[in-house]
Amino acid sequence: MTHSSLLSYAIWVPIIGGLLVLAVGDRRAEAARWLALVVSLAAFAVTIPLFTGFDTHTAAMQFSERVAWIPSLNIFYHLGIDGISLWFILLTSFLTVLVVISSWRNVQERVAQFMAAFLIMEGMMIGVFCALDAVLFYVFWEAMLIPMFLIIGVWGGPRRVYATIKFFLYTFLGSVLMLVALLYLYFHSGDSFSLLVFQKTPLGMTAQILIFLAFFLAFAVKIPMWPVHTWLPDAHVEAPTGGSVILAAVMLKMGAYGFLRLSLPIVPDASHKLAWLMILLSLIAIIYVALVAIVQEDMKKLIAYSSVAHMGFVTLGFFVFDSVAIEGSIIQMLSHGFISAAMFLCVGVLYDRMHTRNIKAYGGVANVMPIFAALMMLFAMGNVGLPGTSGFVGEFMVVLGTYQVSPWAAILAATGLITGASYTLWLFKRAIFGGVTHPEVAGLKDLDGREMFVLGTLAVFTLLLGLWPAPFLNIVHSSVQHLVTQVSLSKIPA
Amino acid sequence: MNSFLMHWTFAIPEIWVLTMACVVLLTDLFWGDRLRDLAAVLTVLTLIGAAVLTIFEMGQSGTAFAGLFVLDPFTNVAELFSYLAVLMVVLYSRRYLVDRGIYRGEVFVLLLFALLGIMVMVSGGSLLSIYLGLELLALSQYALVAFYRDSVVATEAGLKYFVLGALASGMLLYGMSLLYGLTGTLDMRDIAGALVNVTASNLVLVFAIVFIVAGIAFKLGAAPFHMWLPDVYQGAPTVVTTFLASAPKIGAFALIIRLLVDGGYGMLESWQQVFVALSLVSLVVGNVIAIAQQNIKRMLAYSTVGHVGFLSLGIVAGTEAGLASAFFYTVVYVLMSLAGFGMIMLLSRAGFEAERIDDFKGLAQRKPWYAFLMLIIMFSMAGVPPTVGFYAKLAVFQAVIAAGYVWLAVIGVLLAVIGAFYYLRVVKVMYFDKADAETGIIVRDDLASTALSINSLALLVLGILPGPLMAFCFYAMQGVI
Repeated sequence: MTHSSLLSYAIWVPIIGGLLVLAVGDRRAEAARWLALVVSLAAFAVTIPLFTGFDTHTAAMQFSERVAWIPSLNIFYHLGIDGISLWFILLTSFLTVLVVISSWRNVQERVAQFMAAFLIMEGMMIGVFCALDAVLFYVFWEAMLIPMFLIIGVWGGPRRVYATIKFFLYTFLGSVLMLVALLYLYFHSGDSFSLLVFQKTPLGMTAQILIFLAFFLAFAVKIPMWPVHTWLPDAHVEAPTGGSVILAAVMLKMGAYGFLRLSLPIVPDASHKLAWLMILLSLIAIIYVALVAIVQEDMKKLIAYSSVAHMGFVTLGFFVFDSVAIEGSIIQMLSHGFISAAMFLCVGVLYDRMHTRNIKAYGGVANVMPIFAALMMLFAMGNVGLPGTSGFVGEFMVVLGTYQVSPWAAILAATGLITGASYTLWLFKRAIFGGVTHPEVAGLKDLDGREMFVLGTLAVFTLLLGLWPAPFLNIVHSSVQHLVTQVSLSKIPA
Repeated sequence: MNSFLMHWTFAIPEIWVLTMACVVLLTDLFWGDRLRDLAAVLTVLTLIGAAVLTIFEMGQSGTAFAGLFVLDPFTNVAELFSYLAVLMVVLYSRRYLVDRGIYRGEVFVLLLFALLGIMVMVSGGSLLSIYLGLELLALSQYALVAFYRDSVVATEAGLKYFVLGALASGMLLYGMSLLYGLTGTLDMRDIAGALVNVTASNLVLVFAIVFIVAGIAFKLGAAPFHMWLPDVYQGAPTVVTTFLASAPKIGAFALIIRLLVDGGYGMLESWQQVFVALSLVSLVVGNVIAIAQQNIKRMLAYSTVGHVGFLSLGIVAGTEAGLASAFFYTVVYVLMSLAGFGMIMLLSRAGFEAERIDDFKGLAQRKPWYAFLMLIIMFSMAGVPPTVGFYAKLAVFQAVIAAGYVWLAVIGVLLAVIGAFYYLRVVKVMYFDKADAETGIIVRDDLASTALSINSLALLVLGILPGPLMAFCFYAMQGVI
């Protein structure tokens, strides 16, 4: 199991490949596309041994690498993964392939730069998921903003400049205080930046609460939790389809991952003390933001709000400190990775044909695009949380775990399933069902092979995770147990 | 006399630069009209020679000329970075100067004398030699700013700089004279020894420190002593601005090391407090006022004030690691501003200064490579990883938190976010806006553009592997306290 530099390959293959794509240049667009596909496949291929070689019986960090990076400041290039990170790495490398394929035709401008931005971002996102040194983590965390800033700003919709600057400043503001907290931890852990050492550092309650709040700001903005979610609808609406997919499917998970990797184990006492606040904010996201989603006219905006609501389940699951709920949250994150990606791709499919995302412009799509309608139906059901789809497993486990701790919170969260059903099904009814009311809709062509491949693959995973979640849970199990033990032990010095 | 001349070899790089400055002056006088590139080529050779000489004496340390001259790791490292900065200025300058009809030997002679001034400051061991170096630098700078006679703004900037600079020198000199009166010696080591017996609340000493710090703050460009900076940066020919924003900052940093650390480290608590205030004011003034600027040279001038605020955080820490991080910040700042102003020079041409932010509109479509370089420069200045600007900020924040000023670090990071906004605006203009038909930017690929590419890419490469540069800066601060 010690294939020692696999993680480095997972990070650097896409980054260096992205630079190569950039070197190919925008003028040779077709070559850039093919090279990007090859790179993304190669990057996916190097992450597969992580899965096959993974030892599910231990919660220790695997595939570790540790090299001195900036000796003057005690910073190490320290990588390693456990069961929690593994899935996100696979999700990232897998979705990047799909993004490259799905952007094949609908991005015509500056193709090489577009593909390169995604590949470079892929490497950085994987970096976040396997960094075990606080500075390395922060570097990947922040560096990711640059490609995303460009993706939204260059290839986005009409209000892209506003959206991308808002996105950048919002997330930048969120993360800088985390940097201060990490530096503070450095001095309290005996001059080390290792996240594993941070997890063992005793801290007083006041320090823990301040650190928790600094982390909270960084992660809550990224997830995003209510009330700092307002950048998300703007960014999503203006981003190109591929950007929305990566944003929803992977970037939002990064905030949640931060809670698992940093907040819970490093400041367990503060996490317990402030759990009520987190649960409250999660419930507001689940209930209120879902209500906001119902009234949206813009399909992308609706799905963006539904993402916020779904991530509410994830954070709810974390802060009841129950292993079933946390595992449910992780499944929910994966499931949301597939389903939200698919939903945005579905909207992208419609947008490519009609150049509008307004629900009112559609209606009766099922009559002319039956295959598309069937696939989108599946994803809509997943979004609702219907048994048999991945959406069910995660939300069910979270509610189940929550019920043991706080029945009221569980009951309130369960109402989210109903609101979720209303906005998703209502969207589906208005856009897809009914008679054809607009002449443009009558002329729509059904999915081509490329689109079918992308959506079909996601459909397989949505069903697989929904029908047979055991292999997914096996991998996370030991790590989650370990985390639950960690978070139950007080770190306040006696 | 013998002991006075002992270790005179320590000053060989200084002697070499002085000799060569005179050689350039004379050869330019005789052959300058026929061999137009002579002065520039000789300057480059001088710098390379000086670098070789400096590398040869690395590892040695001690004093020479009865304590007037100090050689330690800081001297070597700071001198090497100064050569590098001047070298980049010379490499960038040719076309800009030729286009404006001011490609003359005097520029290079003045640059070399300014460099000599910096070297004397860096290696100064007594109040006298430090002040001598400072004035040599300052007088060369006044002349450099004003020497583009046909430009009204440049002349105006030169006069402003001269008046305000003289005032600052006066303040510094007054502080020095108080220090001399208090201790009865000019030698920094003796001053440090004599100050042990002076209580920190001694009014004369407090005055001395305040005046000295005010003088240093002026040279660094820390608010509220930054008034000259925007006007001079904007008015001076961009070649000169590039120089002002690079090597002299290393000289100003040397003032801190030589005067406040070598001489006044016993008074740490007194000047620490002053730097807390300077840092706060600079961070706010620099980052907030820069938002309102339409002229990129002026914006970068305010951004300089902001950067000085950040590097002062390392000085506030006052520890060896803090000073090393401040020095690292200074070096990184020099690299960034060389690249930033170099870019403005590269995009300018005869009769057109690419100095409005709008001039960068749509650069990504017309010149994707230079837009990409500018993107790196801007993100580096904003302190976003993986550029080297991030590690500079990381190091000073680490130092200031170690010193117990967590609140100062919090204010610092929040202002870094405000600062990010105006750097982002430049990126926005380049990447998201469409080019105006009238702003035809022509870039000729030549030595300058290659140098600029290397300079800018270095910001990215050093961002991925910052270890060696940082270790070098920490080496420079070894044993400085």
